[in-house]
Amino acid sequence: MWFVKNMITRKNLMALTGLFLAFFLIIHLLGNLQLLLPDEVAREQYNWYSHLLAGNIVIEIIAIVLYACILLHLADAIYLTIRGRKVSGNYRLDKRARASTWYSRNMMFLGAVIFAFLVIHFKDFWYQYKFGTLPLDEKGHKDLYTLVVTAFGQLWYVIVYIIAIIALGYHMLHGVFSAHRTLGLYHPVYNRIVRTAGVVFSVAMTFGYAVIPIVIYIKQPL
Amino acid sequence: MNLTLQIWRQKNADAKGAMETYKVENISPDSSFLEMLDILNDQLINEGKEPVAFDHDCREGICGMCSLQINGEPHGPGRAITTCQLHMRKFKDGDTIYIEPFRAKAFPVIKDLVVDRSAFDRIQHAGGYISVNTSGNTQDANAIPVEKEKADKAFDAATCIGCGACVAACKNASAMLFTSAKVSQFALLPQGRIEATERVLNMVKQMDLEGFGNCTNTGACEIECPKGISLENIARMNREYLKASVK
Repeated sequence: MWFVKNMITRKNLMALTGLFLAFFLIIHLLGNLQLLLPDEVAREQYNWYSHLLAGNIVIEIIAIVLYACILLHLADAIYLTIRGRKVSGNYRLDKRARASTWYSRNMMFLGAVIFAFLVIHFKDFWYQYKFGTLPLDEKGHKDLYTLVVTAFGQLWYVIVYIIAIIALGYHMLHGVFSAHRTLGLYHPVYNRIVRTAGVVFSVAMTFGYAVIPIVIYIKQPL
Repeated sequence: MNLTLQIWRQKNADAKGAMETYKVENISPDSSFLEMLDILNDQLINEGKEPVAFDHDCREGICGMCSLQINGEPHGPGRAITTCQLHMRKFKDGDTIYIEPFRAKAFPVIKDLVVDRSAFDRIQHAGGYISVNTSGNTQDANAIPVEKEKADKAFDAATCIGCGACVAACKNASAMLFTSAKVSQFALLPQGRIEATERVLNMVKQMDLEGFGNCTNTGACEIECPKGISLENIARMNREYLKASVK
Protein backbone atom coordinates (compact mmCIF):
# COMPACT_ATOMS: atom_id res chain seq x y z
CA MET A 1 0.00 0.00 0.00
CA TRP A 2 2.72 2.45 1.02
CA PHE A 3 4.42 1.86 -2.31
CA VAL A 4 1.53 3.36 -4.30
CA LYS A 5 2.94 6.81 -4.86
CA ASN A 6 0.26 7.83 -7.32
CA MET A 7 -2.22 10.28 -5.84
CA ILE A 8 -5.19 9.36 -8.02
CA THR A 9 -4.86 5.64 -7.32
CA ARG A 10 -4.61 6.40 -3.64
CA LYS A 11 -7.70 8.56 -3.82
CA ASN A 12 -9.52 5.77 -5.67
CA LEU A 13 -8.66 3.40 -2.86
CA MET A 14 -9.89 5.99 -0.37
CA ALA A 15 -13.13 6.39 -2.32
CA LEU A 16 -13.81 2.65 -2.69
CA THR A 17 -13.10 1.83 0.94
CA GLY A 18 -15.14 4.85 2.03
CA LEU A 19 -18.12 3.87 -0.07
CA PHE A 20 -17.97 0.30 1.24
CA LEU A 21 -17.93 1.64 4.80
CA ALA A 22 -20.87 3.91 4.00
CA PHE A 23 -22.77 0.97 2.55
CA PHE A 24 -22.03 -1.06 5.66
CA LEU A 25 -23.65 1.69 7.73
CA ILE A 26 -27.03 0.93 6.12
CA ILE A 27 -26.90 -2.75 7.09
CA HIS A 28 -25.56 -1.95 10.56
CA LEU A 29 -28.34 0.59 11.13
CA LEU A 30 -31.11 -1.72 9.94
CA GLY A 31 -29.87 -4.43 12.30
CA ASN A 32 -29.56 -2.10 15.24
CA LEU A 33 -32.97 -0.50 14.78
CA GLN A 34 -34.22 -3.76 16.37
CA LEU A 35 -33.05 -2.22 19.64
CA LEU A 36 -36.04 0.11 19.43
CA LEU A 37 -38.64 -2.70 19.48
CA PRO A 38 -40.72 -3.11 22.67
CA ASP A 39 -38.41 -4.16 25.53
CA GLU A 40 -39.00 -7.91 25.80
CA VAL A 41 -39.21 -8.53 22.04
CA ALA A 42 -36.15 -6.38 21.47
CA ARG A 43 -34.03 -8.31 23.94
CA GLU A 44 -34.87 -11.69 22.50
CA GLN A 45 -34.71 -10.62 18.87
CA TYR A 46 -31.54 -8.53 19.19
CA ASN A 47 -29.65 -11.28 20.99
CA TRP A 48 -30.85 -13.81 18.42
CA TYR A 49 -29.73 -11.47 15.61
CA SER A 50 -26.29 -10.96 17.17
CA HIS A 51 -25.92 -14.71 17.60
CA LEU A 52 -26.94 -15.24 13.98
CA LEU A 53 -24.31 -12.83 12.72
CA ALA A 54 -21.55 -14.12 15.01
CA GLY A 55 -21.90 -17.68 13.81
CA ASN A 56 -22.05 -17.00 10.07
CA ILE A 57 -18.98 -17.60 7.93
CA VAL A 58 -20.14 -15.15 5.21
CA ILE A 59 -20.55 -12.45 7.83
CA GLU A 60 -17.09 -13.30 9.18
CA ILE A 61 -15.57 -12.78 5.73
CA ILE A 62 -17.43 -9.50 5.22
CA ALA A 63 -16.27 -8.43 8.68
CA ILE A 64 -12.65 -9.03 7.69
CA VAL A 65 -13.16 -6.97 4.52
CA LEU A 66 -14.71 -4.28 6.69
CA TYR A 67 -11.77 -4.17 9.12
CA ALA A 68 -9.39 -4.07 6.15
CA CYS A 69 -11.36 -1.17 4.66
CA ILE A 70 -11.20 0.77 7.91
CA LEU A 71 -7.44 0.28 8.13
CA LEU A 72 -6.79 1.07 4.45
CA HIS A 73 -9.02 4.15 4.60
CA LEU A 74 -7.16 5.27 7.72
CA ALA A 75 -3.66 4.57 6.40
CA ASP A 76 -4.42 6.32 3.13
CA ALA A 77 -5.90 9.32 4.95
CA ILE A 78 -2.83 9.68 7.13
CA TYR A 79 -0.46 9.38 4.17
CA LEU A 80 -2.37 11.87 2.00
CA THR A 81 -2.86 14.36 4.83
CA ILE A 82 0.82 14.35 5.73
CA ARG A 83 1.79 14.73 2.09
CA GLY A 84 -0.73 17.55 1.60
CA ARG A 85 0.66 19.38 4.62
CA LYS A 86 4.23 18.93 3.38
CA VAL A 87 3.65 20.29 -0.11
CA SER A 88 1.30 23.16 0.66
CA GLY A 89 2.45 26.55 1.83
CA ASN A 90 1.80 28.60 4.93
CA TYR A 91 0.29 32.01 4.36
CA ARG A 92 0.72 34.78 6.91
CA LEU A 93 -2.88 35.77 6.24
CA ASP A 94 -4.99 32.85 5.08
CA LYS A 95 -8.55 33.38 3.84
CA ARG A 96 -8.63 30.36 1.56
CA ALA A 97 -11.33 28.86 3.74
CA ARG A 98 -13.86 31.22 2.19
CA ALA A 99 -13.93 29.18 -0.99
CA SER A 100 -14.98 25.81 0.47
CA THR A 101 -17.05 24.19 3.23
CA TRP A 102 -15.42 23.59 6.61
CA TYR A 103 -16.24 19.90 6.62
CA SER A 104 -14.68 19.32 3.19
CA ARG A 105 -11.43 20.81 4.48
CA ASN A 106 -11.47 18.89 7.75
CA MET A 107 -12.13 15.33 6.64
CA MET A 108 -9.05 14.12 8.54
CA PHE A 109 -10.22 15.74 11.77
CA LEU A 110 -13.75 14.36 11.38
CA GLY A 111 -12.22 10.99 10.55
CA ALA A 112 -10.08 11.13 13.68
CA VAL A 113 -13.20 11.77 15.79
CA ILE A 114 -14.90 8.81 14.12
CA PHE A 115 -11.86 6.60 14.70
CA ALA A 116 -11.68 7.55 18.38
CA PHE A 117 -15.33 6.63 18.61
CA LEU A 118 -14.74 3.32 16.83
CA VAL A 119 -12.14 2.38 19.43
CA ILE A 120 -14.68 2.94 22.22
CA HIS A 121 -17.43 1.23 20.20
CA PHE A 122 -15.32 -1.86 19.50
CA LYS A 123 -13.99 -2.07 23.04
CA ASP A 124 -17.39 -1.82 24.71
CA PHE A 125 -19.48 -3.99 22.41
CA TRP A 126 -17.47 -5.93 19.84
CA TYR A 127 -14.71 -7.00 22.24
CA GLN A 128 -17.16 -7.78 25.03
CA TYR A 129 -19.28 -9.91 22.73
CA LYS A 130 -16.37 -11.78 21.16
CA PHE A 131 -14.01 -12.18 24.08
CA GLY A 132 -15.81 -11.02 27.22
CA THR A 133 -18.09 -13.14 29.40
CA LEU A 134 -21.65 -12.03 28.87
CA PRO A 135 -24.64 -13.50 30.75
CA LEU A 136 -27.01 -15.56 28.62
CA ASP A 137 -30.67 -14.77 27.97
CA GLU A 138 -33.54 -17.29 28.24
CA LYS A 139 -32.79 -18.71 24.78
CA GLY A 140 -29.15 -19.25 25.65
CA HIS A 141 -27.86 -16.38 23.51
CA LYS A 142 -25.31 -13.91 24.82
CA ASP A 143 -27.21 -10.94 26.26
CA LEU A 144 -25.77 -8.12 24.15
CA TYR A 145 -29.07 -6.24 24.43
CA THR A 146 -28.67 -5.61 28.16
CA LEU A 147 -25.06 -4.54 27.65
CA VAL A 148 -26.12 -1.96 25.03
CA VAL A 149 -29.12 -0.69 26.97
CA THR A 150 -27.03 -0.31 30.14
CA ALA A 151 -24.37 1.63 28.24
CA PHE A 152 -26.92 3.98 26.70
CA GLY A 153 -28.44 4.55 30.13
CA GLN A 154 -25.51 6.88 30.87
CA LEU A 155 -25.92 10.42 29.64
CA TRP A 156 -22.22 11.02 28.92
CA TYR A 157 -22.12 7.88 26.82
CA VAL A 158 -25.09 9.07 24.76
CA ILE A 159 -23.40 12.47 24.29
CA VAL A 160 -20.17 10.82 23.08
CA TYR A 161 -22.25 8.85 20.60
CA ILE A 162 -24.13 11.88 19.32
CA ILE A 163 -20.89 13.84 18.81
CA ALA A 164 -19.36 10.95 16.87
CA ILE A 165 -22.50 10.47 14.79
CA ILE A 166 -22.62 14.15 13.87
CA ALA A 167 -18.93 13.95 12.87
CA LEU A 168 -19.78 10.90 10.77
CA GLY A 169 -22.68 12.76 9.16
CA TYR A 170 -20.49 15.66 8.07
CA HIS A 171 -17.73 13.27 6.98
CA MET A 172 -20.18 11.55 4.66
CA LEU A 173 -21.83 14.77 3.54
CA HIS A 174 -18.58 15.52 1.75
CA GLY A 175 -17.29 11.97 1.42
CA VAL A 176 -20.09 10.29 -0.54
CA PHE A 177 -20.13 12.93 -3.28
CA SER A 178 -16.37 13.37 -3.29
CA ALA A 179 -15.84 9.61 -3.67
CA HIS A 180 -17.95 9.56 -6.82
CA ARG A 181 -15.99 12.48 -8.22
CA THR A 182 -12.74 10.68 -7.47
CA LEU A 183 -14.03 7.60 -9.22
CA GLY A 184 -14.71 9.68 -12.30
CA LEU A 185 -18.38 10.62 -12.24
CA TYR A 186 -18.49 13.82 -14.22
CA HIS A 187 -21.79 13.94 -16.05
CA PRO A 188 -23.68 16.99 -14.65
CA VAL A 189 -27.02 15.16 -14.40
CA TYR A 190 -25.64 12.17 -12.47
CA ASN A 191 -23.58 14.61 -10.44
CA ARG A 192 -26.71 16.35 -9.24
CA ILE A 193 -28.37 13.03 -8.47
CA VAL A 194 -25.36 11.77 -6.50
CA ARG A 195 -24.99 15.07 -4.67
CA THR A 196 -28.63 15.01 -3.56
CA ALA A 197 -28.53 11.28 -2.77
CA GLY A 198 -25.36 11.87 -0.73
CA VAL A 199 -27.03 14.58 1.35
CA VAL A 200 -30.18 12.48 1.90
CA PHE A 201 -28.07 9.45 2.80
CA SER A 202 -25.88 11.39 5.26
CA VAL A 203 -28.84 13.04 6.96
CA ALA A 204 -30.77 9.75 7.14
CA MET A 205 -27.79 7.90 8.64
CA THR A 206 -27.10 10.66 11.15
CA PHE A 207 -30.73 10.73 12.22
CA GLY A 208 -31.07 6.93 12.29
CA TYR A 209 -27.96 6.36 14.37
CA ALA A 210 -28.66 9.26 16.72
CA VAL A 211 -32.19 8.07 17.44
CA ILE A 212 -31.07 4.73 18.93
CA PRO A 213 -29.07 5.98 21.96
CA ILE A 214 -31.49 8.87 22.55
CA VAL A 215 -34.58 6.65 22.58
CA ILE A 216 -32.91 4.04 24.80
CA TYR A 217 -31.80 6.76 27.21
CA ILE A 218 -35.27 8.26 27.42
CA LYS A 219 -37.01 4.88 27.68
CA GLN A 220 -34.95 3.59 30.60
CA PRO A 221 -36.81 3.12 33.92
CA LEU A 222 -35.81 5.89 36.30
CA MET B 1 -6.75 56.20 -1.01
CA ASN B 2 -4.06 55.74 1.62
CA LEU B 3 -3.06 52.17 2.25
CA THR B 4 -0.72 50.09 4.38
CA LEU B 5 0.83 47.16 2.55
CA GLN B 6 2.25 44.05 4.17
CA ILE B 7 4.44 42.54 1.48
CA TRP B 8 6.52 39.35 1.43
CA ARG B 9 10.12 40.25 0.70
CA GLN B 10 12.64 37.55 -0.12
CA LYS B 11 16.03 38.32 -1.68
CA ASN B 12 16.32 35.06 -3.61
CA ALA B 13 15.24 31.41 -3.63
CA ASP B 14 17.62 30.49 -0.80
CA ALA B 15 17.06 33.52 1.41
CA LYS B 16 14.63 33.50 4.30
CA GLY B 17 11.79 35.89 3.57
CA ALA B 18 9.71 38.09 5.83
CA MET B 19 6.71 40.41 5.68
CA GLU B 20 7.57 44.09 5.41
CA THR B 21 5.35 47.12 5.86
CA TYR B 22 4.97 49.89 3.26
CA LYS B 23 2.70 52.89 2.96
CA VAL B 24 1.25 54.24 -0.28
CA GLU B 25 -0.72 57.45 -0.54
CA ASN B 26 -3.13 59.11 -2.98
CA ILE B 27 -3.95 55.91 -4.85
CA SER B 28 -6.87 56.31 -7.26
CA PRO B 29 -9.71 53.83 -6.63
CA ASP B 30 -9.76 53.36 -10.42
CA SER B 31 -6.19 52.14 -10.64
CA SER B 32 -5.58 48.44 -10.93
CA PHE B 33 -3.85 46.47 -8.22
CA LEU B 34 -0.72 46.13 -10.33
CA GLU B 35 -0.69 49.87 -11.03
CA MET B 36 -0.79 50.44 -7.29
CA LEU B 37 2.29 48.18 -7.00
CA ASP B 38 3.95 50.16 -9.82
CA ILE B 39 3.39 53.36 -7.82
CA LEU B 40 4.90 51.69 -4.74
CA ASN B 41 7.91 50.60 -6.80
CA ASP B 42 8.43 54.14 -8.20
CA GLN B 43 8.35 55.36 -4.63
CA LEU B 44 10.90 52.71 -3.54
CA ILE B 45 13.21 53.47 -6.48
CA ASN B 46 13.09 57.21 -5.68
CA GLU B 47 14.02 56.39 -2.12
CA GLY B 48 16.95 54.34 -3.41
CA LYS B 49 15.45 51.06 -2.20
CA GLU B 50 15.00 47.73 -3.96
CA PRO B 51 11.61 47.61 -5.77
CA VAL B 52 9.23 44.71 -5.07
CA ALA B 53 9.52 41.96 -7.70
CA PHE B 54 6.17 40.67 -8.96
CA ASP B 55 5.01 38.82 -12.07
CA HIS B 56 2.92 40.53 -14.73
CA ASP B 57 2.66 40.63 -18.47
CA CYS B 58 -0.48 41.26 -20.54
CA ARG B 59 -2.42 43.11 -17.82
CA GLU B 60 -5.70 42.18 -19.48
CA GLY B 61 -6.43 38.87 -17.80
CA ILE B 62 -5.36 36.45 -20.51
CA CYS B 63 -1.71 35.56 -19.98
CA GLY B 64 -1.86 34.05 -16.49
CA MET B 65 1.37 35.71 -15.44
CA CYS B 66 0.19 37.83 -12.52
CA SER B 67 -0.15 35.77 -9.38
CA LEU B 68 -0.24 37.08 -5.78
CA GLN B 69 -2.12 35.92 -2.71
CA ILE B 70 -3.91 39.15 -1.73
CA ASN B 71 -5.47 39.29 1.73
CA GLY B 72 -5.20 35.52 1.92
CA GLU B 73 -6.92 34.71 -1.38
CA PRO B 74 -5.45 33.98 -4.83
CA HIS B 75 -5.88 37.11 -7.00
CA GLY B 76 -7.49 38.82 -4.02
CA PRO B 77 -11.17 39.48 -3.37
CA GLY B 78 -13.57 39.16 -6.26
CA ARG B 79 -14.25 36.04 -8.31
CA ALA B 80 -13.22 35.02 -11.81
CA ILE B 81 -10.56 37.70 -12.15
CA THR B 82 -6.78 37.80 -12.31
CA THR B 83 -4.77 40.24 -10.19
CA CYS B 84 -4.43 42.68 -13.11
CA GLN B 85 -8.25 42.82 -13.33
CA LEU B 86 -8.53 43.69 -9.64
CA HIS B 87 -9.17 47.36 -8.97
CA MET B 88 -8.39 49.39 -5.90
CA ARG B 89 -12.08 50.29 -5.48
CA LYS B 90 -12.46 46.78 -4.01
CA PHE B 91 -10.55 48.09 -0.96
CA LYS B 92 -11.30 50.82 1.52
CA ASP B 93 -9.23 53.88 2.35
CA GLY B 94 -6.93 53.09 5.27
CA ASP B 95 -6.98 49.32 4.66
CA THR B 96 -4.01 47.09 5.38
CA ILE B 97 -3.45 44.74 2.46
CA TYR B 98 -1.44 41.51 2.77
CA ILE B 99 0.43 40.56 -0.39
CA GLU B 100 2.16 37.19 -0.50
CA PRO B 101 3.45 34.93 -3.26
CA PHE B 102 1.50 31.79 -4.25
CA ARG B 103 2.85 29.22 -1.83
CA ALA B 104 3.43 25.57 -2.66
CA LYS B 105 6.41 23.26 -2.59
CA ALA B 106 6.12 22.92 -6.36
CA PHE B 107 6.11 26.73 -6.78
CA PRO B 108 9.37 27.85 -5.13
CA VAL B 109 9.80 31.59 -4.57
CA ILE B 110 12.39 33.10 -6.91
CA LYS B 111 12.30 36.60 -5.46
CA ASP B 112 9.76 38.56 -3.38
CA LEU B 113 6.38 37.79 -4.97
CA VAL B 114 7.70 35.93 -8.01
CA VAL B 115 7.35 32.15 -7.95
CA ASP B 116 8.66 29.53 -10.35
CA ARG B 117 5.63 27.97 -12.04
CA SER B 118 7.61 25.97 -14.59
CA ALA B 119 6.22 22.82 -12.97
CA PHE B 120 3.07 23.58 -15.00
CA ASP B 121 5.13 23.76 -18.19
CA ARG B 122 6.64 20.36 -17.48
CA ILE B 123 3.18 18.87 -16.89
CA GLN B 124 2.11 20.37 -20.21
CA HIS B 125 5.20 18.96 -21.94
CA ALA B 126 4.39 15.51 -20.58
CA GLY B 127 1.33 15.22 -22.79
CA GLY B 128 -0.63 18.44 -23.21
CA TYR B 129 -0.49 18.41 -27.00
CA ILE B 130 -1.54 16.39 -30.05
CA SER B 131 0.93 15.05 -32.58
CA VAL B 132 0.12 16.45 -35.99
CA ASN B 133 2.07 15.78 -39.13
CA THR B 134 2.98 19.24 -40.40
CA SER B 135 4.75 18.07 -43.56
CA GLY B 136 2.36 20.05 -45.75
CA ASN B 137 -0.42 17.46 -45.94
CA THR B 138 -2.05 18.55 -42.70
CA GLN B 139 -5.75 17.82 -42.68
CA ASP B 140 -8.10 20.71 -42.02
CA ALA B 141 -9.19 20.40 -38.37
CA ASN B 142 -12.76 21.30 -39.33
CA ALA B 143 -12.96 18.25 -41.58
CA ILE B 144 -13.70 16.12 -38.51
CA PRO B 145 -17.21 16.76 -37.15
CA VAL B 146 -17.31 17.55 -33.42
CA GLU B 147 -20.43 17.61 -31.26
CA LYS B 148 -21.28 21.18 -30.28
CA GLU B 149 -21.59 20.31 -26.58
CA LYS B 150 -18.18 18.64 -26.53
CA ALA B 151 -16.57 21.42 -28.52
CA ASP B 152 -17.91 23.93 -26.00
CA LYS B 153 -16.62 21.94 -23.04
CA ALA B 154 -13.23 21.48 -24.66
CA PHE B 155 -13.11 25.22 -25.28
CA ASP B 156 -14.09 25.97 -21.68
CA ALA B 157 -11.28 23.71 -20.46
CA ALA B 158 -8.87 25.33 -22.92
CA THR B 159 -9.49 28.77 -21.42
CA CYS B 160 -7.21 27.77 -18.52
CA ILE B 161 -4.37 30.29 -18.50
CA GLY B 162 -2.15 28.23 -16.19
CA CYS B 163 -1.87 30.98 -13.58
CA GLY B 164 -1.63 28.58 -10.63
CA ALA B 165 -4.48 30.09 -8.59
CA CYS B 166 -5.93 26.57 -8.22
CA VAL B 167 -2.74 25.41 -6.50
CA ALA B 168 -2.62 28.54 -4.33
CA ALA B 169 -6.28 28.07 -3.33
CA CYS B 170 -5.90 24.39 -2.45
CA LYS B 171 -5.18 23.27 1.09
CA ASN B 172 -3.13 20.42 -0.40
CA ALA B 173 -1.51 22.53 -3.15
CA SER B 174 -3.04 20.19 -5.69
CA ALA B 175 -2.65 20.87 -9.39
CA MET B 176 -5.59 18.69 -10.37
CA LEU B 177 -7.69 21.54 -11.79
CA PHE B 178 -4.89 22.72 -14.06
CA THR B 179 -3.87 19.23 -15.19
CA SER B 180 -7.46 18.11 -15.67
CA ALA B 181 -8.28 21.18 -17.78
CA LYS B 182 -5.35 20.35 -20.04
CA VAL B 183 -6.32 16.66 -20.18
CA SER B 184 -9.98 17.48 -20.82
CA GLN B 185 -9.49 19.94 -23.64
CA PHE B 186 -7.95 17.14 -25.69
CA ALA B 187 -9.89 14.19 -24.29
CA LEU B 188 -13.15 15.76 -25.46
CA LEU B 189 -12.07 16.13 -29.09
CA PRO B 190 -11.58 13.38 -31.68
CA GLN B 191 -8.10 14.70 -32.52
CA GLY B 192 -7.12 14.29 -28.86
CA ARG B 193 -8.53 10.79 -28.38
CA ILE B 194 -5.68 9.15 -30.31
CA GLU B 195 -3.09 9.89 -27.62
CA ALA B 196 -5.57 10.06 -24.72
CA THR B 197 -4.21 7.04 -22.83
CA GLU B 198 -0.54 8.04 -22.72
CA ARG B 199 -1.47 11.67 -22.24
CA VAL B 200 -3.36 11.23 -18.99
CA LEU B 201 -0.88 8.69 -17.59
CA ASN B 202 2.13 10.89 -18.37
CA MET B 203 0.61 14.18 -17.23
CA VAL B 204 -0.59 12.71 -13.93
CA LYS B 205 2.80 11.10 -13.40
CA GLN B 206 4.53 14.42 -13.98
CA MET B 207 2.05 16.21 -11.71
CA ASP B 208 2.92 13.83 -8.87
CA LEU B 209 6.65 14.11 -9.59
CA GLU B 210 6.49 17.90 -9.33
CA GLY B 211 5.29 17.52 -5.75
CA PHE B 212 1.70 18.73 -5.97
CA GLY B 213 -0.75 17.39 -3.42
CA ASN B 214 -3.83 15.26 -3.85
CA CYS B 215 -7.37 16.41 -4.58
CA THR B 216 -10.00 16.27 -1.83
CA ASN B 217 -12.75 17.85 -3.93
CA THR B 218 -13.23 20.82 -1.61
CA GLY B 219 -13.93 22.89 -4.72
CA ALA B 220 -11.87 25.91 -3.61
CA CYS B 221 -9.91 25.86 -6.89
CA GLU B 222 -13.04 26.18 -9.00
CA ILE B 223 -14.19 29.17 -6.93
CA GLU B 224 -10.83 30.95 -7.15
CA CYS B 225 -10.09 30.14 -10.80
CA PRO B 226 -10.04 33.38 -12.85
CA LYS B 227 -11.43 31.47 -15.82
CA GLY B 228 -14.06 29.50 -13.91
CA ILE B 229 -12.64 26.11 -14.94
CA SER B 230 -15.14 23.52 -13.72
CA LEU B 231 -14.45 20.74 -11.21
CA GLU B 232 -16.15 18.51 -13.75
CA ASN B 233 -12.75 18.41 -15.48
CA ILE B 234 -11.15 16.81 -12.42
CA ALA B 235 -13.80 14.08 -12.40
CA ARG B 236 -13.26 13.60 -16.14
CA MET B 237 -9.51 13.26 -15.66
CA ASN B 238 -10.11 10.74 -12.86
CA ARG B 239 -12.26 8.74 -15.28
CA GLU B 240 -9.66 9.03 -18.04
CA TYR B 241 -6.92 7.96 -15.65
CA LEU B 242 -8.87 4.98 -14.35
CA LYS B 243 -9.67 3.94 -17.92
CA ALA B 244 -6.05 4.35 -19.01
CA SER B 245 -4.69 2.42 -16.01
CA VAL B 246 -6.73 -0.70 -16.77
CA LYS B 247 -6.05 -0.65 -20.51
